[in-house]
Amino acid sequence: MYDPTVARLTYRALLGRRRALILGALPLLLIAISVAVRVLAGADDQTAADVLGGLALATMVPIIGVIAGTGAMGPEIDDGSVVYLLSKPIKRPTIIYTKLIVAIAVTMVFSAVPTLIAGFVLNGNGQQIAVAYTVAALVASIAYAALFLLLGTVSRHAVVFGLVYALVWEALFGSLVPGARTLSIQQWSLAVAQKVSGGDLVTSDVGLTTATILLVVVTVLATWYAGQKLRTLTLAGEE
Amino acid sequence: MAVEQPLRTPAPTSGDQTRIHNIGYRSYEGPRLGRSYARLSLYSQSLRGSYGLGRSAKSKVLPMLLFVVMCIPAAIMVAVAVATKVKELPVDYTRYAIIMQAVISLYIASQAPQSVSRDLRFKTVPLYFSRPIETADYVRAKFAALTSALFILTATPLLVLYVGALLAELDFADQTKGFAQGLVSVALLSLLFAGIGLVIAAVTPRRGFGIAAVIAVLTISYGAVSTLQAIAHVQDSSQAIAWIGLFSPVTLIDGVQSAFLGASTTFPGGVGPSNGEGVVYVLITLGLIAACYGLLTRRYRKVGL
Repeated sequence: MYDPTVARLTYRALLGRRRALILGALPLLLIAISVAVRVLAGADDQTAADVLGGLALATMVPIIGVIAGTGAMGPEIDDGSVVYLLSKPIKRPTIIYTKLIVAIAVTMVFSAVPTLIAGFVLNGNGQQIAVAYTVAALVASIAYAALFLLLGTVSRHAVVFGLVYALVWEALFGSLVPGARTLSIQQWSLAVAQKVSGGDLVTSDVGLTTATILLVVVTVLATWYAGQKLRTLTLAGEE
Repeated sequence: MAVEQPLRTPAPTSGDQTRIHNIGYRSYEGPRLGRSYARLSLYSQSLRGSYGLGRSAKSKVLPMLLFVVMCIPAAIMVAVAVATKVKELPVDYTRYAIIMQAVISLYIASQAPQSVSRDLRFKTVPLYFSRPIETADYVRAKFAALTSALFILTATPLLVLYVGALLAELDFADQTKGFAQGLVSVALLSLLFAGIGLVIAAVTPRRGFGIAAVIAVLTISYGAVSTLQAIAHVQDSSQAIAWIGLFSPVTLIDGVQSAFLGASTTFPGGVGPSNGEGVVYVLITLGLIAACYGLLTRRYRKVGL
């Protein structure tokens, strides 16, 4: 189910040349802000939760997820070089599965690790906040990567749709319409984080059971459907 | 067509066999429309393209959708204002773009790469420069087109609000003043956002990457700045709030309009920059726009040669 060559090619597509720098800029910014906040405001649990929740989990993880998830599949379909991959005797679901693993790994490395570092910088993991948000980032990485990989396989405008989901649905509608929060990867991962921290600084609108089931269902369904879509892929020209 | 083809004389068997045949190409003798016309064409083409006009139906969907989403809240506000006969519109003209910044960011993120990245990716830039336009013309046309597109996007809801306010018989002078201030503010915003979007899109021609990069720069900088401002507000260092606001495009525009255009600020604590700080805001905004233009010109100096 895992093909090392496909994985190597995907890593190179995602991190090759200057792309690793672009991906690395966001986590560096988060850590820089954390240092600035710590110097300005000192260690404070509420501040740490605000920064990690508002900046790391709500903005950084989805954006890195979009870049890694759609970047793993989208450009290859786009420039047509995917035919060389598809013509090899590798099962299409295996390709998707391998690319998913890579996308998850990249998202985790570039979002969860800096979240952990930022958490420790902000308040030295007081009330388990750093660990809780890291767990949330890890869980969210899996779901985001699967969802955006599917988008990258299905649509040519995957990045836009991914960003519309992350920014408009989760951030804008999520803050206005309470019902939208039930269908948001961010809230599901927060539910898991809530369980880890146990405190009242990390809260979610979704119960832990519901959240876990939805996370698993979305990840599995998205991966399966992406595999199916890749089996019947039609190549088209630009516009 | 070969009208002037010389009749072949039976060639002598010896001597020079080569002959240039005139196969009837005509030289163009009509009017040459020149550089400014080419620039204008590129401008109108790019502007139409930003709304998907002259492109496939699929690429019309997103810009039109964002345009509608941008205008609907204004229409609802106007309807409510007319129906309930209030004395004030629920939202200031200057505030509207700040509230709808997510939509504006998405628009610029989707249309800036559309405008410049495809030319770079498919290496069609040399074709533009085979026409009588120069690097500066290309950059100016693209910059102006995207700025105009953004201005249309941001000014139309203000127009809806203004017309609605007049229909609701609100105070004419007051509304006109607010409308004019709003227009100045969205014009600045359009210039700034278009510049930033184009620069990022021009250095990341890969599909998808440009969109993500533009969105990342706009939202992450705003998220970072507002987080830091909130913390500075809690720490009672209200001096710092204004200075932190210099580091993201949205708060930059917010600062400019609350210092000089009579807007109420969205900064935490509700204290915008003072007049002195406001001057810095204006200078930085104009400097950024100029820097974007300079960077774009630099980027295209070597492209297509």
